[in-house]
Amino acid sequence: KSSVQSLGEEQIQNPYTELLVLKGHHDIVRFLVKIDDYRFASAGDDGIVFLWNAQTGEKLFELHGHTHKITAITAFPSSDACKEKNYLILTASADRTVIVWECNSGKQVQKVSCFHSTVKCLTVLQRLDVWLSGGSDLCVWNRKLDLLCKTSHLTDADISALVELPKNCVAAAVGKELIIFRLVVSTEGSEGWDVLELKRLVDHQDNILSLVSVNDLTLVTGSHVGELIVWDALDWTNQVCECTSWDPALHIVTQQEIKLSQNQREVSIQHLTSDEECVFAAVGKGIYVYNLQMKRLIACQRTAHDSTVLHIAKLPSRQLISCSEDGSVRIWELREKQQLPAEPVPTGFLTMWGFGRANKQASQTAKKMQESTSSYSLELIGDLIGHSSAVQMFLYFDELGLVTCSADHLIILWKDGERESRLRSLALFQKLEQNNDL
Amino acid sequence: MISAPDVVAFTKEEESEEEAYNEPALPEEYSVPLFPFANHGANPWSKFSGSKFTKDFILISEFSEQVGPQPLLTIPDDAKVSGTFDLNYFSLRIMSVDYQASFVGHPPGCAYPKLNFVEDSKVVLGDSKEGAFAYVQHLTLYDLEARGFVRPFCMAYISTDEHKIMQQFQELSTEFSKASECLKTGNRKAFANELEKKLKDLDYTRTVLHNETEIQKKANDKGFYTTQAIEKANELASVEKSIIEHQDLLKQIRSYPYRKLKDSDFHPYEPECVVDQANTIFDQDSTTSNPAEPSEMHHHARMPSYTPKLIKAKSAKCFDKKLKTLEELCDIYFFTQTLDQLNQIEKMFRGDVCYLLTNQISKALLKQQTITNFLFEDVCVLDEKPEKQYGGCQLSNQDTVNTKCLEQFLIPKVLISMGSYKSSVESVPIKMEQEIEDSQEPEVTEPIAFDQENLEYLDADIKGSISSGESIEVLGTEKSAAVLTNSESQASLPIQPSPQMIRSKAAGRRTISEDSIEVLSLCPSESLIPEDFKASYPSAINEESYADDEGRGPYLSPRLNPANVKEMEGNSEEEKLLPVDSACCIGKENPNFVESLPDLPQKHCDDDDGVVSIPPQPYRQVDQGFHVNFSDCSSHDVSGGLLSYELDPHYLSSREASKISLDEYSDSTSYMSSAASTCSDRTSSPAHPLSHFSERHRKKAGQNALKFIRQYPFAHPAIYSLLSGRTLIVLGEDEAMVKKLVTALSIFVPNCGLFAMPVNHWITSPLNIMDFQKWKLIGLQRMVSPAGVNMLHSLSRYSRYISILDVDSKTLRCPLYKGTLVPRLADHRTQIKRGSTYYMHVQNILTQLCSKAFLYAFCHHLHLPINETETEDSVVSRRRNFLKFHLGLVNEDVKVVQYLAELLKLQYIQEPIRGSNPVLRFDYVPSFLYKI
Repeated sequence: KSSVQSLGEEQIQNPYTELLVLKGHHDIVRFLVKIDDYRFASAGDDGIVFLWNAQTGEKLFELHGHTHKITAITAFPSSDACKEKNYLILTASADRTVIVWECNSGKQVQKVSCFHSTVKCLTVLQRLDVWLSGGSDLCVWNRKLDLLCKTSHLTDADISALVELPKNCVAAAVGKELIIFRLVVSTEGSEGWDVLELKRLVDHQDNILSLVSVNDLTLVTGSHVGELIVWDALDWTNQVCECTSWDPALHIVTQQEIKLSQNQREVSIQHLTSDEECVFAAVGKGIYVYNLQMKRLIACQRTAHDSTVLHIAKLPSRQLISCSEDGSVRIWELREKQQLPAEPVPTGFLTMWGFGRANKQASQTAKKMQESTSSYSLELIGDLIGHSSAVQMFLYFDELGLVTCSADHLIILWKDGERESRLRSLALFQKLEQNNDL
Repeated sequence: MISAPDVVAFTKEEESEEEAYNEPALPEEYSVPLFPFANHGANPWSKFSGSKFTKDFILISEFSEQVGPQPLLTIPDDAKVSGTFDLNYFSLRIMSVDYQASFVGHPPGCAYPKLNFVEDSKVVLGDSKEGAFAYVQHLTLYDLEARGFVRPFCMAYISTDEHKIMQQFQELSTEFSKASECLKTGNRKAFANELEKKLKDLDYTRTVLHNETEIQKKANDKGFYTTQAIEKANELASVEKSIIEHQDLLKQIRSYPYRKLKDSDFHPYEPECVVDQANTIFDQDSTTSNPAEPSEMHHHARMPSYTPKLIKAKSAKCFDKKLKTLEELCDIYFFTQTLDQLNQIEKMFRGDVCYLLTNQISKALLKQQTITNFLFEDVCVLDEKPEKQYGGCQLSNQDTVNTKCLEQFLIPKVLISMGSYKSSVESVPIKMEQEIEDSQEPEVTEPIAFDQENLEYLDADIKGSISSGESIEVLGTEKSAAVLTNSESQASLPIQPSPQMIRSKAAGRRTISEDSIEVLSLCPSESLIPEDFKASYPSAINEESYADDEGRGPYLSPRLNPANVKEMEGNSEEEKLLPVDSACCIGKENPNFVESLPDLPQKHCDDDDGVVSIPPQPYRQVDQGFHVNFSDCSSHDVSGGLLSYELDPHYLSSREASKISLDEYSDSTSYMSSAASTCSDRTSSPAHPLSHFSERHRKKAGQNALKFIRQYPFAHPAIYSLLSGRTLIVLGEDEAMVKKLVTALSIFVPNCGLFAMPVNHWITSPLNIMDFQKWKLIGLQRMVSPAGVNMLHSLSRYSRYISILDVDSKTLRCPLYKGTLVPRLADHRTQIKRGSTYYMHVQNILTQLCSKAFLYAFCHHLHLPINETETEDSVVSRRRNFLKFHLGLVNEDVKVVQYLAELLKLQYIQEPIRGSNPVLRFDYVPSFLYKI
C-alpha cells in the first residue's frame, strides 16, 4: 500500500483553479525554457520547438529544424549592451546539430552541425557572452556562432551536465567525475579563448545526475546512487580536500547505504535546486531539504509521489513544487515546527532510509525520529492532476501560472482562476469602452 | 421560452355560450365552458372542418388572356395539399379582385407604349363558404406577346385560419414581396432579352424590306409607285415605328429603378457571369454539336447565337398561339430562386398562428439579449443570414431594417406611384356591386387621427363593409409598402399588436355572411382600433390607461397608430431587457450605484431619442392584455429602480404572477388558435428547418428530463454540476439508456461558445483532461474488459473535475448542492406533464439565470474598484454581497452564476485562441456519493 501522502479534494491553498491545455507536440515533451516574463519554449522528442505565450496560451511559433529529438535547450538573453532586446534560444538535438532561433520572429538564425556527437547540454555564460556545448567534448562559442575553442575528446564519457562557476570556471559532470574547466584568454590571439582543465573530482561512486550551483561559494552534486556532495565552488586548486572533507559523514554514510539499498533507482538524485539557505533534492520518490548552514537535513518527504520525482523547484513563498513520473504535480509548503529540535543528527536522511529499506519497522521508528529531529516539515498543500503520463518538467511563471510538460505530449498551463476571472472582467470593460457600449 | 403550447389546444373562444354549460356543481374557477362547436360532432378543432384542405399552401394563379383565371402551381407541389379544394374556382375569385393598376398602353400624352412599374397589390380575401382565407399578392409580369405586354399573376397564401392571415399579414407581405421581387427581376431580364431578340428580328426585317423596296424601285422605271411599292413602303414604315417602339420599351425596362433593390434587404444575385458561362457552353454546344437547340437553351440564348427572323407585317394576335409559361417568362435562375423562396415561406408559416406568434415574440426578445443567447438558446435559429436566405425569417432582418430606416422612409415614396395605389383603391367599387351597407357604422366612419400622409389614403367610403350577395370577402389590403416599412422600422418588437386581433375578430363576427363577397376593411394601416371594439373588450384593455387617455384629448392620443404601439412596446421591452447597460454607465459615474437608480428611466428616454421620434409615453397607454404583462415588468423596473425587478428576492413570486397573467392572456386571446382548424400535429410542426434542436427533440429531451427528475432523488446535484460547468459523466453499459439520459440532461448544459454544444452522447475510450475541456456532458460506456479498468482508473484520477452518474448502480458522485435554484428548475413533484412544456419551463428559468449572470458579469463595480484607493478585498466583498443580497443566490447557486458570467465574459472578449480550446475551470471541492 502506498504511503504517499494524499490530500483530499478540498485544497484551499491551491490557487490553480483553471487550466489550459496546449496541444502541439506529438511526442514526449521534455524541456521547458523561459524566454522572458511571458514567453516560454517547449521542446521534446518530436524535434519541434514551440514558443508559447504563457498568459494566453497562444502558440506563437512552431520551429522546425531538427530531425531528431531535442537533447538540450537554453535561452540566450541578449547582452545588456544591446539596445534592442533580441531573444535567442539554442537547441541541441540528437541529429548532432545546434540551432539558434530568434524568438521575436521565430526564424532560424543559424545552424551548427560540426559536432562529433550529440550535444547533451548547453550553457550560456552571460558575463562573457559566450555559450558552451557539452557532448563528447566541451566547445565554447560566441554569439556569432564562431567556435572559440574546444577541449580534447573526453574518452570515458560524455558531458551530461554543465554549471557555471565563479572565476570563469565551469563544472562539467562527466560520468562519475566532476571536471572543472576554466576559460582563459587565449595566449595567441587577443579575441580567442582557451579552455583549460583544472581539476578532476572523482569522489562520486556513480554517475552524477544533477548539478547545481547554490551561490558563488557552493556547488552541489548528486549522483545516481544518492550521494550528495557539497563542494566549495571557489578554490578548486588549493581547497579541494576541504571540499570533499567538510562533509565526510554524509559521503561515507552514503557509500555504506549503497550496499544496503536494493534498488538504486529509488535513491538516485534526479534533480537539485536551491535557494540561499537550502538545497532541495529530488531523491527517488521523495523530496529532501538540506540546510547548508546547519549542514544537515531539515525536512523530508520520503514518498512525496507515487513514482520518481523528476523536477523540483522552490517558489519564493517557502513553497516547493515537484513533478513526478506518476503524472502529478504537487505543491508543498516548508513549515517550521514549533517544537525545539532535538540534537542535530549530522547523519542525514540517507541513514534512516537505509534502515527503512532493511526493515519496515525500523523505517517507522526512523521516521518518527526524523520528525522529531527536523524543525521543519514539508506539508502538501495542493496537487495538480491533469497529465496522464510522467510530468517531465515545469516552469513557474509567477502570477501567470505554472506550465507543466509531460510524456503524454501535452503542455498544461495552470492558472489562478480568481486572477483570470479578474483579468477577463478588466478586458471586458475595456472592450465595452472601446465599443462605446459603456 | 415564453409560451406554453400545451395550453393552446384547450383554450377557448371567449364568448362561448355559457348556457351550453349548466352543471352547477363545480366551483367557478374550475368551470371550463364547453367548446361551442362541440355539438357539431368531431373535435374542438373542427370548426372549419368544412374546408376542403388541411394544410396551408401557396397558390400561383394567372389571369390568362386566353382562358381566364387559372391555377398554375401550388407549393408544396402535391395534389394532396389542396385536396378537394377547387383551385380553379378559387383562382377565379382571387384573380377577380386585382386592385393593381397594371396599366400599360398608350397613355394620352405619349406616343409610345409605356411600361408602368407598379407595386404589387396585397389583399386578404376570405371565402367563408369554402373555409379558405388567403393573402393574395397580385403582380404583373411583362410578356412581349401578351396583350398590353402584361400578364397578371397572383401569389396567394391560402389558409383555413382567417386570423393567421390577419396576424401574419405583415410578415406574409414582406416575404411575398421578396419572392415577387425576385420573380419580377427575372422577368425583366427575360423581357429585355426578348425585346432584344425582337429588335434583331425587326432590324433584319427592315433590311429585307429595304432591299425589296430597292429592287422594286430599280425594277420599276415607270416613275410612279405601284400599290405593291406603296404597301412595301408602309410596311417598312411600320417596321421602323415598331423598332422605335421596341427600343423605347427596352430602354424603359432597363431603366427600372434598381435602386430599390439596393436599399431593401433583398439582394438578388445577378447571375450574369454564371449565365454567361452557361451560355457560352450552350452556344458552343448548340453551334457545334446540337444545331437544333432546345427551347430551354433558346431561352438563354444570347444575341450572337440568335438568328433573326423575318417578321410578318401584321403579327396577328390570335388565340391559338401558345402563351409563354411562367417559367419561360422568367429567367430560369430567378424562377428557381422564387420557388425556393416560396417553399421557404410555406415552411415559415407552417403551423398554428399562436405558434407563429409566440415564436416571433420569443425571437424578438432573444434578439435583444444577444450577449447571453449562446448559453442556452438555439443560436442557429437566430443566426439566419438574410443575405443567404431569401426566405429567412423577417425578424432577423430587423437590424438592417432599423439601420436603414431613414432610407426606407424616402425610397418607397419615390417608387410607389400614388396613382397606382389610388387606382387600386378606387377599383374596388368598380368590381363590386356598389352596395355599401351601413356606411354609417361607427367602426367605419371613425374619424381617426392619422398622419398627414395616411390621411391621404383614407377613404371612409372604401372602408365600408361592402357586402354583396356574391362571394368574396376582402378582409384587408395593404395600403402601401411605405407604411409597412415605416412602422416596421420603428418597431423594436414586431409583434402584431393585439388591437388588430380584436378588430379582426370583431370584423369576423360581424360578417358571417352566407355567401359573401365582402370587403371587410381596406385599411391603410392595419391596426386601427375602432372605439366601440375597444369598449367591448374590457378584459383586454387596461381601463385605467384608457381613462387616462380620454383625459388627454378626444382624438389624438388614445388612437395609437401602429407605430406608436410598437414604439412603446419597444421601449418597455428595452427597459426590461437592457437595464444593465445603464447600470454600468451609471455605476461608473456614481460610486453609489444603488442610490443612483432613480435616474435610470430618464436616462433611458434620452438613449431612445436617437431611435424613436416620439418621446416614450407611459406604459399604461399600452392598452391590451399582452402588454399589460410587459408594462407590469417595466413598471417594476421603473418604480423599483434598475435592478429591483431582477434582484427582488421575491422575484420569483412576481415572476409567477406575471406568468399567471400571461396564461390569462393566452386564455383570453388565443381563441383564434382554438377556433382555427388546428390539427394537433400542426401545432408542433417546426417552422425552422435549420433549427438545431428540432421541436421533437426538445419534447423528447424534456420528457426524459422529467423522468430523470422524478426517478432520481439526486437530480439536483447532477443538474448543479452541469450548470456550474463541472463535467457530468453518465456511465452505463446500455448505450440506449445512457444516450437517453444524456439527451435529457443536455437541456441543462450551457454552451461554451457559439455552435459548440459540449455534449458527447457516447464515448468508449478512456477520458483525458481535454475531454473535460471540450465536453460538459459525456455518455461513457462501462466495460468489463481490461480497457474498462483503465477507464475507471482515469475516472478516479480525474475525479476532481467530474461528476459521475452511474446508471447501472444508480449512484451519483458529485459535490454537494444546497442551493435553491435547481429545486425550482427541477422539482420532482412538478405538475408539468408534457415534455415540451417542461422544456419551456427550463428555458424560462435558465433565461432568468442568464439575466442574473449578465448582470453579474457586466456590472462594472463588481469587478473593478471604484477608485484607486479601494482595495481588492472590498471589491470582492461587494461582489459577494451582490450575489447574495441582490441576486438572492444562496450557497452553490453563486457558483452557477459565476460560471455563466465567466462564459459570458469569455464569449464577449472572444479570445480567438481560446475559442477553440476553452479553459477548464474547476474547484477543489469534495464530492459525495449519492444513492437512491
